[in-house]
Parts: sequence; C-alpha cells; structure tokens
Amino acid sequence: MPQVSADNRRNDPLPLIRDKARAIRITALKMVFAAQLGHPGGDMSVTDILATLYFGVLRYDPKQPNAPWRDRFVMSKGHCTGALYATLAEAGYFDRSWLETYMGPLSMLNGHPNRNYLPGVETNTGPLGHGMPVAVGMAIAGKMDAADYRVFVVTGDGEQQEGSNWEAGMAAGHRKLSNLTLIIDRNRLQQGAKVEDTNTLEPLADKWRAFGWEVVEVDGHDVGQLHDVLAAPVGTREKPLCVIAHTIKGRGISFMENEVKWHHGIPNRAQYEQALKELEA
Amino acid sequence: MSVQTAAAGLFDCRDSFAHAIESLAEADTRIVAVVNDSLGSSKLTGFQKRWPERTVNVGIAEQNMVGVGAGLANGGKIPFVSAAACFLTARAMEQIKADVAYSNTNVKLVGQSSGIAYGELGPTHHSIEDMAWLRLLPNLTVIVPSDPWETEAAVRAAAEIEGPVFLRISRHPVPALERPAGARFRIGKAEVLREGDDVAIIANGTMVMRALSAADQLAAQGIAARVVNMSTVAPLDVEAIHAAAQTGAIVTVEEASVRGGLGGAVAEVLATSHPCPMRILGFPGFLPTGSVDFLFEHFGLTPAGIATAAQELLTRKAA
Repeated sequence: MPQVSADNRRNDPLPLIRDKARAIRITALKMVFAAQLGHPGGDMSVTDILATLYFGVLRYDPKQPNAPWRDRFVMSKGHCTGALYATLAEAGYFDRSWLETYMGPLSMLNGHPNRNYLPGVETNTGPLGHGMPVAVGMAIAGKMDAADYRVFVVTGDGEQQEGSNWEAGMAAGHRKLSNLTLIIDRNRLQQGAKVEDTNTLEPLADKWRAFGWEVVEVDGHDVGQLHDVLAAPVGTREKPLCVIAHTIKGRGISFMENEVKWHHGIPNRAQYEQALKELEA
Repeated sequence: MSVQTAAAGLFDCRDSFAHAIESLAEADTRIVAVVNDSLGSSKLTGFQKRWPERTVNVGIAEQNMVGVGAGLANGGKIPFVSAAACFLTARAMEQIKADVAYSNTNVKLVGQSSGIAYGELGPTHHSIEDMAWLRLLPNLTVIVPSDPWETEAAVRAAAEIEGPVFLRISRHPVPALERPAGARFRIGKAEVLREGDDVAIIANGTMVMRALSAADQLAAQGIAARVVNMSTVAPLDVEAIHAAAQTGAIVTVEEASVRGGLGGAVAEVLATSHPCPMRILGFPGFLPTGSVDFLFEHFGLTPAGIATAAQELLTRKAA
C-alpha cells in the first residue's frame, strides 16, 4: 500500500519535500543542459508543487504504477518534463540513470511524457489543454466506483487560455467532482510574453468560482502552504478544488527568474555553472 | 428489441449499435457511454434510462468529451464515446490523436450518422474527411460496418479488444446482407461477399449493398465482379487487397472523400506491390445541397454508377 505519503503523514513532511524540491531542480537543470533542450523556466516554477504532491500528498506505489487505488496525477503542462521526470525518478518509478537519456535518440524520456514508455505517466500530454478533460474523466470514474482516490492536475497559467480547460471545468463544477484538484502554476509568463499582456486571465479566481469550484490561492513556492491545502482531506467539500499557486518562472536561478526568454532558453556553460551553484547553495 | 425501421427490410445501423451496447452493458459494468448532448442521435436514450449512473453527458463540448473518455478508461471503464461523426472527429481531432491514439487508451469512439447522413444540412455536418484523418493514426482500429449484423458484431469486437477503436456508424437505411451460415466478423479481415475474376469492387459501410447490386448488373453483361467488404480500414487486410488485384481491375467505393479514405488505403497497397488499374469512388469535396439519395445519385454512388465505373475500368485493363 501507499508507503511514501503514509510515512509523511506520521512525520513532518516539509523537510523531505524541501530536500526533494532541491534535488529535482538540480536534476532538471542538469538534464536540460545535457540535452541542450527543454523548458527550464517552467520546470523551476512547478518544482515545489510536484515535490509537495509526490512526497507529501499522493498515495502511490512506484512498483505498482497501475494499482487501481492510486491517486492520479496529470501533468497537463507536459513540456516541463525536466521537473516531471526528475520527480518520477526521485519517487522511484524508474532508475535515475534513465534521466541521462533525456530527449536522446530512442530515449523513453521524450520531450513530452508518454505513458506507454514511462511508468507513472497517466496520459500523454504536450499539446496544451489536454490534461483537464482527462482528469475530469478519471474523477468521474472514481465517483462511479465510490473509490477514494483523488485526481490532481497541474496546468500552466498561459495554458488556461485553451478553451478545453473551461469545457472540462464546467463539467467538473456541474458534476461536483470533489475528488478533483486543479493546480494552476501561476508564473505569469507564457512562451512569448506576459500572460496578462497576451490574453488576460484575471479575475482568474472569480472565473473558477463562477464555474462551480472552490478556489484557494497560495504561494506556490511555500511547501507548507501547498501541503496544507493539497493534503487536506476532501471532507465535506462538495466542489472541485482549484489551487492558484503563485510562482516565479525560473525560481531558484537568479538570472532566469521572471525572464520570458527562459521559457525554453538553454544556459551556456558559464550560466549553467552559476545556476548549479545557486541551486546547490 | 426491434431494430427494424419503418421501411420494411431496411435498417438504421445506429439501432444496432444501441442494441449491442445495451446487451454488452448488461453483462459488463465497465461499459459506460459518453455523449455530447447526443443521446437521441446516438440512440442511447434507452441506455441512459437503464444506466443513468453510467451515462456521462458532457454537453456540447467535444474536446472535453473525448478527454473524459480517456480519463474513464484510465479508471478502468470501457467508454463508448458517441457523437455525430462530423463533430466527434473534426472538433476533437487533437484529443483523438493525443489522448486516445497516442496514449493508446481503451476508448471506443463511435461516429454516428457518418458520411453524408445529414444530406441537406451541408458540408459542416457531413463527415467525409474522417476516414483520411483517422485511418492514419497509429494504434487506432477503424471499422466501417456495412449492415445491422456487422454493426452489432463490430461493437462487440470493439469492446473485447484492449485499445482504441473508431466505429463509423451509418444512418442511411441498409438491408441485412446475406451471408453464409457461420459467417463471423473479425477485426482486420475483409469479407468476400461475392466471387468474381474480371474486376473487384472493394467497399464498406452503406456502399457494400450498392456494390453487390452493381455486381448483379455487371453479371447481366457477362462481367464477373468480386465484391469485397473491407469493413476494417485500419489495420488493413493487405492479403485481401493482393487477392483482389489478381482480377486486374479494382474499384473502391465509400461514403467518404475520394482522398485519403478506403480508396487511398487500397491505392497505397497496390501502388507499392501490385499496381493495377483502379477507380476510387466517393465524394470529391465540399458537397452541394441535396438529400442523401440525391447526393448518392449525383456523384454516381449508385449500383449503376459503380457498374459503369467498373466497365470503364475494364476497357483500360484490356488496353
């Protein structure tokens, strides 16, 4: 049965989450630099969310990745595979040595995740706006079976511009899918510019409330806040939960923070060494 | 349950789909239906009455509908995602590609009233491009049943296999085809409904009965036409195409675009292995207004039209 989070619930999970977040950032940076490809800005913004989920919230057994009782996690912002693969390796789904093949010829670690190659991946993402509908389907299946597993999906904030999120959000609100949690990585930058300058999301919390969701806003780098809201039992809540996690794109690497060019920018060697020094400090 | 339509001896294959899925659902609680406000047009009101908790109506939202199907499959269900073929395939194409085919999920896509079933409503409601779009997606099985018996069998076969399937269901009334006793539907296996060595007509869906009638007309002129029901377009029965090429002349006919569908699939096989004279019958592009019968007539998708195409082809074969 689910050992990781069971242990975490007995103890204070935050030190482990922080350690894992630090390791995930370092690994993701190394993967991106080795591959000379990737999306480091978004990897760094989503890392604390992933670390909190995998080392403090989700129930799973990496040895039985398809166990019916598992909590489901859907990485809808599928381009942030540096952070995702580093997390799955830390969680024990596959050997860390696999990470060295990231985006290499015939690697199972594609630029965007493939469930048929990698244990722990629930659905193939990459094109934006795909995770939410699939997560809604998972949550409906859980309700049909009166199962107690929960479904978590992370989207980017720019990704919220995709209409399919709102189709899915409307259905989840209508069906009162309390077993579903959406986490929005609100780093305020999309590929080409600031989100608000491109196509305004605000008032984002009001929009999700209007769609029938409970909305909570947190500092997406404060793992205590993340853990409090994500690990809290569903209890009597009758709505799906939207967590707007305010984050910083490129978090942890000074020259990447809040700079749009690091969406898929690749550091040169000097930048890489500086970034590594900052993350390891 | 009667699946017969008002016209004696003619059937709406949507009824056969509904009959099959209800019968499957009685025995297997994993069977669920997902629709986009398309309960009636999918003939699923009966299913919904019997199993409201296993019916997911997402409203008019096809992208979500297909994604929800993939999520239900992840939760161990066998979802039949049923909607008008035009909206299911065109609106949700990327979901079909990424969430269903590429993810290789156990989703059964059911394109109802496919082809030109919506006749007068025009090209927005016709689904003649879907064959080209869907047959090239890896992992996705594509089946175009020809009559009520084959529709029921295809629905059952789709439920039995693990993996994504697209069932292209027609609405235009078709008769129950005569088959030898013990005939059995197998995914990926074409069915020779009539033997003949002068020309082969390869058809599927509503065009199979017309191909058989065309073969009757050709027989009256001393031409022996083989009729092959190629109901599975992916994976394709390459052996049956090679065998048909032995006649030296092949006509394909489908209720779909002449580009990229059954005709295209057969041509890909022939061009690279058994080149032989060929005609591809179907629709040329966005269609003018008219009833289904008018459009079939106008574009030569009639027994006479098919027979004429075969005769013309035979003059090329002889030359």
